[in-house]
Amino acid sequence: MKLAFTINGQEIEIDVDPDTPLLDVLRNDLELNGPKFGCGLAQCGACAVSIGGKSVRSCVTPVRAVAGRLVVTLEGLGTADAPHPLQQGFIDEQALQCGYCVNGVIITAAALLDRNPNPTEAEVKSELAGHLCRCGAQPRMIRAILRAASSAAGQK
Amino acid sequence: MKTSRRQFLQATGSLVVCFSLPGCAKQSASGAGTTALGNRILINWDGRVTVYPGKVELGQGIGTAIAQLVADGLSIDIGRISLADVDTDFSPNESYTYSSISIQQSGPAFARAAQIGRRHLLQRAASMLGADLLDVSSVDGQIVLRGKATNTSYWTLLREANTHDVVDVDDVAVDLQGDADVAVGNSIARLDIPDKVFALGSFIQDIRLPKMVHARIVCPPAERATIATYNVGTAESMSGVQKIIRDGNFVAVVAQREQQARLAANELSQSIEWHVAGDLPDAQHIHDWLSDTPSTVSNVVGGSAKPIGSGGEKHSATYTRPFHAHASIAPSMAIAFFRDGQLTIWSHAQGMYPLRTAIAHTLRMDVDKVRCIYKQSAGCYGHNGADDAACEAAAIALEFPNVPVRLQWERADEFAWEPYGSAMKIDVSADLDDDSMVTAWNYDVFSCAHTSRPRDAANAGNFIYAQHKANPLPIPAPRSIPQPAGGEDRNAVPLYEFAATNVVKHLASSMPIRVSSLRGLGAYANVFAIESFMDELAGARNVDPLGFRLAHLGDDRAKELLTKLADVSGWSTRPKGGTGIGWGLGFAQFKNLSSYVGVVFELTVAPSTGRIELRRAVAVCDAGKIVNPDGVVAQIEGGIIQSASWTIKECLQFSKNQITSRDWASYPILRFDEIPQIEVHLMQRSNHKSLGVGESAQGPTAAAIANAVSHACSQRIRNLPIKASAYDKIVS
Ligand code: FES
Ligand code: FES
Repeated sequence: MKLAFTINGQEIEIDVDPDTPLLDVLRNDLELNGPKFGCGLAQCGACAVSIGGKSVRSCVTPVRAVAGRLVVTLEGLGTADAPHPLQQGFIDEQALQCGYCVNGVIITAAALLDRNPNPTEAEVKSELAGHLCRCGAQPRMIRAILRAASSAAGQK
Repeated sequence: MKTSRRQFLQATGSLVVCFSLPGCAKQSASGAGTTALGNRILINWDGRVTVYPGKVELGQGIGTAIAQLVADGLSIDIGRISLADVDTDFSPNESYTYSSISIQQSGPAFARAAQIGRRHLLQRAASMLGADLLDVSSVDGQIVLRGKATNTSYWTLLREANTHDVVDVDDVAVDLQGDADVAVGNSIARLDIPDKVFALGSFIQDIRLPKMVHARIVCPPAERATIATYNVGTAESMSGVQKIIRDGNFVAVVAQREQQARLAANELSQSIEWHVAGDLPDAQHIHDWLSDTPSTVSNVVGGSAKPIGSGGEKHSATYTRPFHAHASIAPSMAIAFFRDGQLTIWSHAQGMYPLRTAIAHTLRMDVDKVRCIYKQSAGCYGHNGADDAACEAAAIALEFPNVPVRLQWERADEFAWEPYGSAMKIDVSADLDDDSMVTAWNYDVFSCAHTSRPRDAANAGNFIYAQHKANPLPIPAPRSIPQPAGGEDRNAVPLYEFAATNVVKHLASSMPIRVSSLRGLGAYANVFAIESFMDELAGARNVDPLGFRLAHLGDDRAKELLTKLADVSGWSTRPKGGTGIGWGLGFAQFKNLSSYVGVVFELTVAPSTGRIELRRAVAVCDAGKIVNPDGVVAQIEGGIIQSASWTIKECLQFSKNQITSRDWASYPILRFDEIPQIEVHLMQRSNHKSLGVGESAQGPTAAAIANAVSHACSQRIRNLPIKASAYDKIVS
């Protein structure tokens, strides 16, 4: 079945079984590296992508659900030349160990900052409660997110 | 696959500095005009330097630390350096990356090789400029003659020479003047981080080969389960299914698309009937099982397995830990490609050479027909499912040749089949004299093994596939790791100096539950037990637990660390006990020979529920000379959080029939909203050798939490994970 949606600003049409998890389509068909497979059970957050500005778990989202929607992955947030404040914040705070969980954390943090540009530390922590990091890089990630919030505020 | 073999050989004008590490096989460095195996640092005419380490990047920052050492040795900017992934076609054989010894082992060798490379280039510059060697130096590769920049650089020298020079460090006696550390000792930003935040393909999961197909394994419900009725149901005719493979009790499916493989595997696991052995020990009494099951008993310290006594006041306690999962955030996977008799495997296991040997043996292939290439996945923290996935992918590829096969374990496969960190039981007793000094110490540790790596042909039977295939390989007997590192007895010998010490280990002769190395091995539970018991002894005499430790320590570095920890944590201001707020201390020198870590934890225990809230951890670490301070801090922070998670949350669940922890709901770990504040202080020890830090915080953290809980609410919890009960608070 043919499905159309926008991925990182580009309109695309693909021919795929509409029940395929969005994560498979992003990783295997569109060859995007941002969203990661971690559990396939909506439990870890590694696969998060932004759909219409909300952080959504792509491992349990059938691709048909994004027909006509705007999907953004970590690649779409920013690049080395034009980094998103969160990406810059993660570099500045050296906010990861292995980095496998980082995709989901940044995607969810980006949605949070869109909604609430000036979150408290407690708000950041509770927003990310559904994201697992086995390496224990959370303190640095929290700092990186707060830093990104204040740097974005500084730019306005 | 950064550097293909061809690019490597075609480099025009280069210098290769080769060396091997003590204990690692020396490989031929220079064949006929080639730079074959054993190369370590390639300095190329184009201004790029490639390092071929034998250790792998596990997300612990080892790559950046090595790059720092090489940058300083060559006196160049770190940005010129890139690191090759370990590949059995061209990387040195350094076995496994484990036990936090990477920097300890490789660091000095890399620094020296780089310095020798620089010396070689300076010599060449001197002879070209007709100058004395003492008059030339270099800044980021640019040659400086008597303080003045010249037009010559490493790179022009190499280009003009147009040769592939090889310097074999083992053959060169060079008196090295220590050049100033530039990058070393500074918190250089990790080289791998930008690619990870921009999703530029850092991970093995990002490898997509042309025509690649997807595989899933159909896991048996438990170890030692056998197929009772093999029925593939509708799997064969499901969309995209290319092949169903069965070899004994090993079943896998290959499909065009990933979801097709997943659905077919689900169908197969519904339609195949298994006979389950039902032979797992009783989870409720696993620690009784540990001390009752037949075991190999050996004396670690002291003359006999018999307890010693001194006639002082006797105290005793028993401590336990459960089985823990590595629980990497990424389930294991691998890609294997078999064509024209040649098998190539991409894997995230910790040792490519041992993996190659064990897979070749399992699949009855010549070792030189198997190539293993490392690419990183999420953190693994020891021996997890990576090796198994690689072996299984290889077995599937032999059955499905000519296209790359990507095998992905599901989350449940990883939880149910990874080799866990063993449950342990510790009985400890001590005699105290009138001066509150320990006069006798008896310690017995009961455990399953802490290693079962498929490290070679003899140990290939540790692969799940090797156990499940029609002609299974024998499962190797449980193995103890000798002291001073130790396995179950790692850190079982207290660093404290007691009048008499007796330590005995009991290694279970069977492994009904798969076990292998998990970060810190036995050190986690041994330090938890020793440091909890030290607190109990201090409490029995109502003396300050930190002072009690100092009174029993001879090691100056340990004493200085504890003194600093008291200072930076504000130990003297800790509240009085029983108020619901607790402060606890834990300390150890990892393996009694690596880095020292002391941790003070502050937490609260809610009177109405016993709920523990971690507030703050303050740690001090002595890791000798530090290559990258921020890297050390990050590893200690990560270690504290992971250990805190083991300590208050984690416990592998199993029934008589099978492992029942199969997802993050049945194996919860610490979450973002439960993370304490963490503060790490480093001792300045630039005159001491560098010590690994990756595992040093695990034990001290567990003890600090247990001691803080006891301090908060007078509940001494000796069984992990720590769960406190409701209690009546002392009103302060
Ligand atoms: S992979 Fe989607 S939540 Fe874990
Ligand atoms: S950095 Fe490794 S899982 Fe978060």
